[in-house]
Formats: sequence, structure tokens, C-alpha cells
Amino acid sequence: MKELNAILTVASRDVTKLLRDRTRLVFTLVFPFIFVGLMGGTLQSNLGRAAGFNFIGFIFTGVLGMTLFQSAAQGIISLIDDRENDFSQEMFVSPISRYSIVFGKVLGESGVSLFQAVPTFLLAFALRVPITLPVFLALIPASVFACFLGAGFGVAVMSVINSQRAAQQIFPFVLFPQFFLAGIFNPIKVLPWYLVPFSLVSPLRYPVDLFRGLLYAGRPEYSRVVLLDPLTNLAVMGAMFALFLVFGTWFFVRQETNR
Amino acid sequence: MAPVNMPVIEVRDLVKRYRKADRNAVDGVSFEVRQGEFFALLGPNGAGKTTTISILTTTLAPTSGRVLIGGADAILDSAAVRAQVGIIFQKPSIDLNLSGEENVRFHAILYGLYPYRPLYRMMPPEYRRQVSDLAGLLGLGRDIFKPVKKMSGGMTRKLEIIRGLMHRPRVLFLDEPTAGLDAASRRSLWDYLKEVRNASETTIFLTTHYLDEAEVADRICILDKGKVVKLGSPEELKAELLQEYLVIDARDRTRLRRELERRGLQFREAGPFQVLLDGHSAQDVIRSLDTELSVLRIHAPSLEDAYLKIVGGALE
Repeated sequence: MKELNAILTVASRDVTKLLRDRTRLVFTLVFPFIFVGLMGGTLQSNLGRAAGFNFIGFIFTGVLGMTLFQSAAQGIISLIDDRENDFSQEMFVSPISRYSIVFGKVLGESGVSLFQAVPTFLLAFALRVPITLPVFLALIPASVFACFLGAGFGVAVMSVINSQRAAQQIFPFVLFPQFFLAGIFNPIKVLPWYLVPFSLVSPLRYPVDLFRGLLYAGRPEYSRVVLLDPLTNLAVMGAMFALFLVFGTWFFVRQETNR
Repeated sequence: MAPVNMPVIEVRDLVKRYRKADRNAVDGVSFEVRQGEFFALLGPNGAGKTTTISILTTTLAPTSGRVLIGGADAILDSAAVRAQVGIIFQKPSIDLNLSGEENVRFHAILYGLYPYRPLYRMMPPEYRRQVSDLAGLLGLGRDIFKPVKKMSGGMTRKLEIIRGLMHRPRVLFLDEPTAGLDAASRRSLWDYLKEVRNASETTIFLTTHYLDEAEVADRICILDKGKVVKLGSPEELKAELLQEYLVIDARDRTRLRRELERRGLQFREAGPFQVLLDGHSAQDVIRSLDTELSVLRIHAPSLEDAYLKIVGGALE
């Protein structure tokens, strides 16, 4: 019970911080407009007809996955800076398990990311992305899983990086290639053979494909857009999350105490 | 408060060598701190103070050696150690995005004092009473519900100490707690810590650069290059390292010098004469002199003199 209380309080701190950060809130509103509104609209006009399917829907699912995954991962990595400069020193000397701290942080940053998904959904509705009520209801838990995977990925990256400066330099290198390998803006149904293994180990590929599996379910273009069925995507995401969280936390704590 | 003769901190042969370092940051350090004692760890930069306090508070693993806090092993049973200690870090660890009350609530829940509730008004009455008392103690009143970024540095430090004491720790670690505070805030903080010591048996473990802060400790441990170079009460350290001497001068210096030599007194000429007392009382020395004196004063060594003598080389 004590650990559960600690997890909830660590998580609620992140959400409280978001609600008090006006700049971040404004950015949250602008970000989906740039990607879904501008990029999706442009691609739909130029490539949508040639591709033969709704490209705004394709971009929406990609941007939704990217937003949730990236935001949760970056939130976790901020723990590196936090532990050097402010409040997380207080968390790390409290008598609660390291796993509770990291899991609380995963929950909190997932909550923050989910909040950022709201304007993405609103814009998708405004641009008439074909989201039916059952699809919308299925996308909500799928979004939660995407956040968890992003946060887990953040824990794994954090466990091998020991300074905020290194994090700022390394994180773009492990994230940006995934935008293309996971097919955020570009179809990856066909890839050159040498990119296939890189695409398969890109965690972001699976939540994005899960969203597309749900959005395009029962539509004629399903087989041209979706790579794996939703249950397979979910299973891979679950396995990756468990692996990232357990080993990531273990390495992080080990690195922290065995300097 | 007189310390009770039971060690609450036991450090044995502690060694820490950081990865890629060519020497030990802490090199075979051993000491004990008794329950209720005010213990100060002094040393120049790089002496190993922060490394030692990090190991004692379980945030850093030692290379070898043993640390027991309240009987619990800092390496094997770190959670039990963390439950018994409060820590005030060198850098403030208050969350500036939260209010004073939210910071306090966060701490209280992490230490298992109260269950999680998202809002202050949902917290148990006992907690709300405690917060109201704390706000009164700090002179904050309703301002405790305002963001911490609107509080002064001294007030934030006090809030940290109050928060650090909420779970009634047996040991309060203070890692250079007054760094960056103005003189008035420092004074106020130490007055408050005095009250804490008088009201409870909290053991205080301090690292500081300010010698006047260490001078009021029960015992001082001086570290240099990772080793304990002196350990004792401020009086013992001063007595052991420095002698008292009398500073005298006269218009007729030749006569005074001759007289000092005749009496067999040890002295140095550094402008005025410095006559080592070496067991004599100042009165005996003065009484034995006939030369008319133009300067007369007793030099009592300060802890700073003793400290500089011990680590003088390292500070240069």
C-alpha cells in the first residue's frame, strides 16, 4: 500500500507540473496542428489519390503514436536532469523501491502524454479522419499502451546515459530514425532488405501499426496499410515494455550507485 | 543536549574509488557518531565529504568497508537506512513548481506517513493540523499554499528542514545547508536547528565550509585527501594543535628580550614578541617581567587556525 501511494504521488506530480506550465500547454496545442493539419493536408492533396487511401488518417495515426511515445520517453529522460538539480534527489533518498519511483514516473509521464493527445484527436475530428465511436473507444486504451511503451523506452535510454548533456545529444539519434523506420509519415509496407531489421527493432513501429490496425479495420485498404494484426502488435509492445522497465530500472539504479 | 553513548552511525574502513579515478576519494575512513550528537565533517574541496555523506545516505555504493545507520547496513538494507534518516542537500531539493504544502505532502506520502490524496482538503485532519503548525513556525500562514518560487532562499531552506524532519528521522544529514544563504538567513536557520536539537534527540551530521558552524558541534572530523586527519571536540582539536601565547612589546626591546631569555621563556620575535605560555599562566609571565610593556594581549587560537594548520597544504 505504501508503494502504491508513492507511485500515485510521483505520478500526480508530473501531471500537476504540466497543468502549471503554460508554455508547454500552448506547444501541446500547436504541435498536432503542424503535423496533422499542415503535413497531413499537404500529403493528402499530393499523394493521397496516388496511394489510394486516406492519407490524413495515415498521418494522424503516425503523429498520435509519435506524440505519445516521444513525450513519454522525453519525460522519463528528464529524470536525469532532475536527479542532478532538484526534487528527485528527495525521491531517491526516500524509503521506497526504485521500481516504484520509475513506475510512478512512467504513469505520470504517460498521463502528461495522454493529455497531449487530446488536441491531436480534436484536429483529426475536424479534418474528418474516419474515426467511428468503436474505433475511438479502442484507440483510448491503445494510446495508454503507446505511452507506457514510450516511457519504458525512456527508462531504457536513461539507464545507459549518465548526464543530461549526453541525453540531449544521444536521444535524437535513437528517436528520429524511428520516425522513418516506424512509418510515421511514410508507408513502410515495402522496405529495402537492409532496413527491415532496423524497422523491426524500432519500438515506435508497433504502437503506430496498432493505431492503423484499429483505424483501418474492415476497410479495403487495411492490407495495404497495416503490417501486423493488433493483437500481435500488443504482444510485442507488452514484451518490450516489460524488458525496458525491468532491465532499464536495474541498470539505472546500478549505474547511479556504482559510480 | 548531552549525547547518549550509543552509536547511531558506525563507519568502518570505508573506501570509495570512482571509476577511472587514479586515487581513492575516501580512503579507509572509520568513525562513530552517537545518538543525539552534533557531528561535523570538515575538509577542503575534494577531501571526500560529499562522497562520504552520499554513501551514508545510500545514494552511492562504497568500494569496500561497512556503514551501519541505526544498526541497519547501508548497502544490504538501504531502505531501512533511508527510513531512519533525513537529508538536506547542498542544492535545494524543493520542487519550485509546487506549493510549500504540496512539497510537504509529497514527502509525507513518500515516507508512508499518510495515504495519497490528490488535494490538500482530502488529506486527513492530522496532516492538515501538522501543515498549519509548520506554516505558523515558518511565519508563512496561508502563503504555504503559494508556489515555492515566491519564497526567499532562507525560507525555502527552512521548509526543507521542516520537511526533512516530518518523519522524525534518527539522523538529520545536512550537506552544506547554508551555502548561498545571507548572514541573517544562516543565523535564523541555526537558531531553528538548535530548537530542533533541544526538542528531540535528533543526531545531526553536518558537512560545512563555515568553521563557525562546526565550532558549535560536539565533535569534528577533519578529512583531507580522503583520510581522517583529526577527530575530536573543537576544544580538543584546538588544544592539541595550537598553543596559546602572549603578545607583548616594549619601547626598550633589548631589555625585554634579555629579560625573557633570563627567565627561560620560549618566544618568537614577529614585530612584537610572542611568548608561548606552555603551561604557564599569562599572569605568572607578566608578573615575572620588570620591563615596562607597551603592548599586551593573549592570543587564543581559533578553530580556523587549527583547521588551516591541518589542511594548510591542501588549501594552497
